[in-house]
Order: sequence, then C-alpha cells, then structure tokens
Amino acid sequence: MLDGFFVRALLAGIGVAIVAGPLGCFIVWRRLAYFGDTLSHAALLGVALALLLEVNVTLAVFVVSAAIALALVALQRRATLSGDALLGLLAHSSLAIGLVCLAFMSWVRMDLMGLLFGDVLAVSDIDVALIWVGGACVLAVLAFIWRPLFAATVSRDLAQAEGLQPDRANLVFMLLMAAVIAISMKIVGVMLITALLLIPAAAARRFAATPEHMAALAALAGAIAVVAGLFASLQWDTPSGPSIVVAALVLFLLSLLPLHARSARN
Amino acid sequence: MSIPVKSSPIMPSPLVSLENAGVSRGERWLVRGVSFAIERGEIVTLIGPNGSGKSTSVKMALGILAPDEGTARRIDGLRVGYVPQKLAVDWTLPLTVSRFMSLTGPVAAAEATQALAETGIAHLAGAAMRDLSGGEFQRALLARAICRKPDLLVLDEPVQGVDFNGEIALYELISKLRDRLGCAILMVSHDLHVVMAATDRVICLNGHVCCHGTPRAVAEDPAYRKLFGDRPIEALAIYQHHHDHTHLPDGRVRHADGTITEDCHPTDGNHDDHHGHDHGHGHTAHDAGGEAQAGSARPEHDHA
Repeated sequence: MLDGFFVRALLAGIGVAIVAGPLGCFIVWRRLAYFGDTLSHAALLGVALALLLEVNVTLAVFVVSAAIALALVALQRRATLSGDALLGLLAHSSLAIGLVCLAFMSWVRMDLMGLLFGDVLAVSDIDVALIWVGGACVLAVLAFIWRPLFAATVSRDLAQAEGLQPDRANLVFMLLMAAVIAISMKIVGVMLITALLLIPAAAARRFAATPEHMAALAALAGAIAVVAGLFASLQWDTPSGPSIVVAALVLFLLSLLPLHARSARN
Repeated sequence: MSIPVKSSPIMPSPLVSLENAGVSRGERWLVRGVSFAIERGEIVTLIGPNGSGKSTSVKMALGILAPDEGTARRIDGLRVGYVPQKLAVDWTLPLTVSRFMSLTGPVAAAEATQALAETGIAHLAGAAMRDLSGGEFQRALLARAICRKPDLLVLDEPVQGVDFNGEIALYELISKLRDRLGCAILMVSHDLHVVMAATDRVICLNGHVCCHGTPRAVAEDPAYRKLFGDRPIEALAIYQHHHDHTHLPDGRVRHADGTITEDCHPTDGNHDDHHGHDHGHGHTAHDAGGEAQAGSARPEHDHA
C-alpha cells in the first residue's frame, strides 16, 4: 500500500513528464539546452521573490522565468554579446540574486536541497492539480502552435515566407517553457529541470520517424523515468530529482542498445 | 533607373511589389533601390553575380526581411511556395520526405504524391530528409513548394546540386508548372548566361537593379545568333544586356560619363539603361574577395 504523499508525487511526476517530453523535443531540435538551464536557474529568484512578497511560488517562478526569457529575446536583438554569453550572464546572476535574497530573509526556513534537487514530500494536492491543469493548458497551446513552431525549427525563413508567423510561435514557446519550469520545480528541483526535458527526448530520438512520433515517445520515456526514479528515491531515501534523472539516463543508454543490434544484423 | 510600377486603378494589383527597396547592414547596403512587381501567372528571373542581392531582394519580397528603405507589398492572402537557397535539416530532427511535404500547411496525399513524382523522387517518400543527397534534397524542397498549390512560387537557385540532365528537366518542369498551377514564379539564378527560355522578364541585380527586359526579344536578335550560333534555345536562352557603369575594385562605381560615385543608386542620376544591346556581362561583386563568375567578370572590363 502506497502512502498518500507518494501517490501525489507519482501523479505530479507523470504529469510533468508528459508535458516535458514534447517541449523537450524542441529543446533538442533547436539546441536550446542552455536556454532551459537559464530559465530554471531563474526559478530560484522566483522562489525568493514569492517568499518575500508572500505570493504563490509557482506563479512567481513562471513570471520570473518568462521575464528572463523575454529579456533574453530583447538582449539578443541588440546583439552586443553572443547568445551563450548572454545566457550565462542571465542564468548565474538570477541564481545569485535568488540565493542572496534567501540569505537575507532570515525569518524564512528554506529547504535549499529540496529546492535545488526536488522533494517528493513537498508535493501537495494543490500542486498535483496545478500540474495537471497547467500541463493540460501547456499541451493545448503547444498543439495549437505545433505546425508554425516546427516549421520555424526547420527554417524560420520558410515559415515566415509561407505566412506562419514563426516569431510569434517562438515567443509562445518561451512562455510555455517558463510554465513547465514553474510546474516541474518541486518534482525535479531547479538544477535538473533541463535534464527532464532533454534526456527523455534524446532517448526517443532513435526510435522516431516523425516529430510527432518523437514527442509522444519522449512523454512516455519521461513518465517511465519518473515512476522508476520515484520508487528508487523511496527505496534508498535519495532526493527525487537526481533519482528521476538517473532513471532517464538509464533509459537513454538502453535506447542505444537495440540500434546497435539492428545495424549489426543488417 | 527604375522599373515603372503599374499603378492604374483598373489594373489588377501585382502579387508582390518592391518599390525602391533596400536592406543595409551597418554602413553597407546589401541591396538598394530595387523596384519590381510580379503579376499573376508571370515568370520573373533575378540574375546577377554572387553577393549581388538576389536572395536579399527575394527575402524582402516575401517579408522575411523588412526593407530599411522603400516598401515591399504583398496582396492579402497570398499563398507562397518557397524554395530557400539554404536549408539545413538538423540530424536530431526526425523528418521523412512525406512529412516534410506538409511542413507549413496540410497537403492532400494525392498532391504530395504527384509533386514527388514530378520532381522524380516518388521512391523517396519514406526516406529521412537528412539521408538525401544534395540533388535529391533540392527536389524535395521543390516538391514541397509545388504541392502547396501556391499563387507565387519562389525558387532561390532551385537546381543547385542537381546533375546536368536533371537540371534541364527541372527547368522544363518549372515552366510547365505555371500552366498547371496557374501561379506566378519568381526565380533566382546566379548564372549570368543560362536563363530559362520561358522566363517572361529578367531582372539583373548587382547591389541594385542594373537592367531588366524580356529574354525572348534578346534571344531572337541577330546579334544573339552571331554570338551563340545554332545552339538549341528550347530549354536554355541567353540573356544579353548592357551596363552603363563599372564597379571598381574599391567598391566605387564609374559611370558612362566618367563620374565616380560611392555606390549604385538609382537616384544618383547616372543610370540610363536600355535593352537589346549585344553585350557580355562585366560585373563583379562589390567585395573584392568575391566569387567572380567564371568567364564573365573582370573588374577592369569597362563596358560603357
């Protein structure tokens, strides 16, 4: 018999994985891994602000991540620094500001490990509801912008020429990223959100012929990693985030095996 | 020099039109003073050496680049089929040829099959885009643009990487497409000598519009036969024209009357192009490190 907190963690984790899979595919296709890192580092600043202003943590994280994403777009247009330098600047300064803010708020007793690496015990009923409702919204919007976003991933010029408004799709995609980071923070922690986006998608790549196929497989791989990781976390009392990421890594490594067997046979 | 744009209210408006349009990057104008309009059902070819602003002009016409001066207009609801000059499919992208057909909009299966057959790659429908050869990839790009049933087909160097026989076959296909789809075609070629016989109008660019006119009138000119003998002209035609200025190695321009200006701009009062002159092409790209067209460009060649 499973405890209530663990069922909640499973539900929350699976919900996050189903949303993270398709979005993670775009992270892989567009080589945005470091962009995901930047947004998740900014999440810590969101947590600090939420505690300071006494507002909902998920909402504050979403707002801060979205603001960082938009700031990045604005800074890139001015193009005084290269993209990766800008990402590093935003990621680490927002992380640093967040940590400094938390240190100043001496009245707040913060589980920093739980924040950085996830904590299954911290998942409440409201969190589960937020993840499933928020996740459903994210997936609905993603489905709506799927064609322009994918066309823009292949070629922005082509998408623009044929009237798909790729810049709008890119902007919406950034907001979706911010939303996913906000809802996955409690499960995997801010340090490892990018891994949950990236590794299931990487594991799915070898078996997918079309982008839609890859998105579905990535969601499935993510869900399996969440279940395996959470059980391992319960069994060995390890932090939930790293356990899930290790499980995803095992899936990725397994995904390499049958391909070799197949090509050896051919 | 500028191309007269039909603006009479009785005339149907052109699908796309550029008026004195230019794009700059910092101090440098990639292209400037470009004016042309494309009407329904006509085939227009942009020619010019590398770096002459052909792709940039096409991108302005399509709304990919906003002009820094002048205007670019498209009619509402214009359906475009675009074959870009460069397109790289990342190896992480799982993308089959048949999925690529519906990249920017839903496409009927029959349309996609027909387009793939016309471009000669029906057997590759299930292949991954990243496994295609250069020529096959180019055919897939063309097939995708065709199966959208566009009002305007825009082809930026559509036959690059295609073998010689395939090149002629694709040019013949392109000229047939106008009748089958009833679309206008805007084509780009870096090749100064080979222009399709079916082209209605040719616009020659070199950082600005050098000249424009119908290739057929030129091809029937006795001077043309004198130059090229009885070479068959069914599929290929030679476009000849006249330049009234020389691009100097340092980027300045010497005009027919001996004056020198910093760049080529139609408003500098130095342009007076006419057509039908029997003349080779004497342009090089502005940047001296450029890729001069073999046998066509010599910086010191003065054709005034």
